[in-house]
Amino acid sequence: MYVAVKGGEAAIQNAHRLLADRRRGDRNMPAITLAQIASQLSLAVDRVMSEGSLYDTGLAALAVKQARGDMIEAIFLLRAYRTTLPRFGYTRPIDTAAMLVERRLSATYKDLPGGQLLGPTFDYTHRLLDPDLAEGAEPAAPETRSEAEEAMPRVSDILANEGLIEEDGALPENREPGDITREPPEFPMERDQRLQALSRGDEGFLLALGYSTQRGYGRNHPFAGEIRIGEVDVEIDVPELDFPLTLGRIRVTECQMVNQFKGSKKVPPQFTRGYGLVFGQSERKAMAMSLCDRALRAGELDEDITAPAQDEEFVISHCDNVQATGFVEHLKLPHYVDFQAELGLVRQMRREYEERREGADTERREAAE
Amino acid sequence: MNAHTDNIAQYNFAYLDEQTKRMIRRAILKAIAIPGYQVPFASREMPMPYGWGTGGVQVTASVIGSDDVLKVIDQGADDTTNAVSIRAFFQKVANVAVTTHTSDATIIQTRHRIPEEPLKPGQVLVYQVPIPEPLRFLEPRETETRKMHALEEYGLMHVKLYEDIAQHGHIATTFAYPVKVEGRYVMDPSPTPKFDNPKMHMSKALQLFGAGREKRIYAVPPYTSVKSLDFEDHPFEIESWEHCCGLCGSTKSYLDEIVTDDAGGRLFVCSDTDYCNTRQEQGFQGPLNSEAAE
Repeated sequence: MYVAVKGGEAAIQNAHRLLADRRRGDRNMPAITLAQIASQLSLAVDRVMSEGSLYDTGLAALAVKQARGDMIEAIFLLRAYRTTLPRFGYTRPIDTAAMLVERRLSATYKDLPGGQLLGPTFDYTHRLLDPDLAEGAEPAAPETRSEAEEAMPRVSDILANEGLIEEDGALPENREPGDITREPPEFPMERDQRLQALSRGDEGFLLALGYSTQRGYGRNHPFAGEIRIGEVDVEIDVPELDFPLTLGRIRVTECQMVNQFKGSKKVPPQFTRGYGLVFGQSERKAMAMSLCDRALRAGELDEDITAPAQDEEFVISHCDNVQATGFVEHLKLPHYVDFQAELGLVRQMRREYEERREGADTERREAAE
Repeated sequence: MNAHTDNIAQYNFAYLDEQTKRMIRRAILKAIAIPGYQVPFASREMPMPYGWGTGGVQVTASVIGSDDVLKVIDQGADDTTNAVSIRAFFQKVANVAVTTHTSDATIIQTRHRIPEEPLKPGQVLVYQVPIPEPLRFLEPRETETRKMHALEEYGLMHVKLYEDIAQHGHIATTFAYPVKVEGRYVMDPSPTPKFDNPKMHMSKALQLFGAGREKRIYAVPPYTSVKSLDFEDHPFEIESWEHCCGLCGSTKSYLDEIVTDDAGGRLFVCSDTDYCNTRQEQGFQGPLNSEAAE
C-alpha cells in the first residue's frame, strides 16, 4: 500500500547534524577560532558587517564560521540577529574629515593636502600565488608613519571652496533619518533611505550595475574624487548634556565620486557627486555604491532615465541579497500542488491542439478529394 | 562573546518583540478594515529565508496567544519539510499546542492550499504570500500598480484574461487566480490552485495574508464576498479529475499525482493529508486501499 512520505522532522534533524559535521571538517585538525577569522579573514568579516548592517566583528566572525564561509548565508545570520535588537536612537553624522586615515587616495589631483596614502591595498600587488604564504612564513613587520600628521581635508570640501561642486545639502530642521529596517519602503525614496539600501545591497549586484554605467548604460562620467579608509568616532547626543558622547570607533570606507554635470535651467554647470559608505574596508563596494547613487540621482538632476542603473525601483527592489537569495532558493520548496494544476492545463491544451490539427487534416483531405 | 551569545538565546514570546507585534497588528486591523487592500508594513528579517513563509510567520506570531492551537500546512500536507520546520519554530518560540486536525486548530498557517474541510467561525487562516500584487506580472512597477488599485483600473487584467480566451478558448490561469474582494480590490489569493478560490467566498474564518519580502499584509474578513474574475460567456470553473483519491475515495478533493513507477504508473491522492486521513479513519476507502484489503 502506498504511504505518503512521513518523517520530515527526523530528516531535518539528521540533515542539520550532517551539516554541523561537514562544517567542522577534518576532526584531526584544530577548529578555526573566531579570533582567527576576525583577524585573518577580516575583509570577509567586513563584508558581512556591511551587508548585514551590524557593526560587530565577533558576531560577524561567528556568522562566517557558522555559514561555512558562504557570505550571503553569513549576512543573513547577522541580519536575523540584528532585527531582534532595539533601536535606541540616532548617532550624529560621522565626520569622515576627522577620520584616522589608513588609506586615502584621490584620482583627481596629483597631490593634495594630507597627501596620497596607499595603506593596506591589493593594488599594485602582482597577482602571483605566494608559496611563502602557503608555507606559513611570517611577513616582515609593517612600516609605520611618524606621529606628525597633516590635516586631510576631503576632496569634496576642496572643490566646494571654489563652488565647482554641489554642496552636501542641509538636513531640514527636525528631519529624522529614515530607517529601511523599520519602515516599509515607498517609491520614490528619499536619498537617505536609498543610500541605506545601497550600503547593505549586494556587492556583486552593485558592482555589475556600476560597471554598466561605465559601459554606457546611463553613463555619468565619474572620477574617483576620493577614497578614504580608516576609523571614525561614533558620537551620540544625550539630552542632559551639551556635548556629544563618543560611543566608540568604527572602521569605514568612504568613496566620493565626482561626476560631470552640464547644468540645468535652475543649476549652473558644476560637478555632482555620487556617494558610497560601507563598514570596514571595501573599496570595490564603496565605489560601486557611489556609481549607483549618482546614477539613481538622474531624476533629481533632470537627466533622461534610460538605463537599469538609473531606475530606482529596479535597483533598490533587487539589490538586497538576503531577499534575492530567499526568493530564488524558495523554488526548491515543494510546488507540486501548483504544478498539478499546470499539468492539467497543459494536458488539456495538448488535447485541444491535437483535435484542432486532426480537424484541419480532415478538412484538407476532404478538399483534396 | 559570551555576553552576546547569552543575549542571542533570549527571545520574546513568538519571537517578535512586542513593539513589532503591535506594528503588525495595526497593519492587520487596517487590512481587515479595507478587504483586499495591500497594507505596507515594516516586515522584519526573520530567522528563516525570505520566500519561505516569513510574511505568514510574522502574521501568525502577531496574532498567536498561549492558548491557541496551531496547524501548519504546505501543499495541503502537515508533514512537508517547510511545514514541519515552521510548526517546530512556533513550538520552540511560543510553546503552543499544535495539531494536524483542521477542526481542532484556532490558527492555520498555509502555503498553496486551503483545507478541504470548511472552516469555522473563530478560526484564522494565515496565507504565506510570495508576490502579493495580482497586477505584478502585467506591470512590474509598484508605483504604477498602486495607482491602478487606487483608480480601480483593472482593465489590464481583463484584457489578459480575454487574450487567454482568444488564444486558447479558455482562461489559462490555474493557480494564483485573481479575485475581486467585496466588489472593490482585485487580490492575489496567493498561489493556491483556482480549485480553492470558491472556499474563500463568504468564509466563516478570518483570512490573513502575509508577504514578508514584499512587506505587505492583506485580509479577507469573515463573510466577505470573494469573486474569481471571469466573463459572462466564460464563467469561472475549477479543476476536476477523472480519478478519485486512491486512499480515501474522495471525488471532491484536490488530488496530487504521484509517480509510482517508471512505466507511466500514476496514483492520485488527496493533497489535504488531514482530510484524507480523517476519511480513512471514518472507513472510506479508495481503489488502492480496497485492493490491498482483498
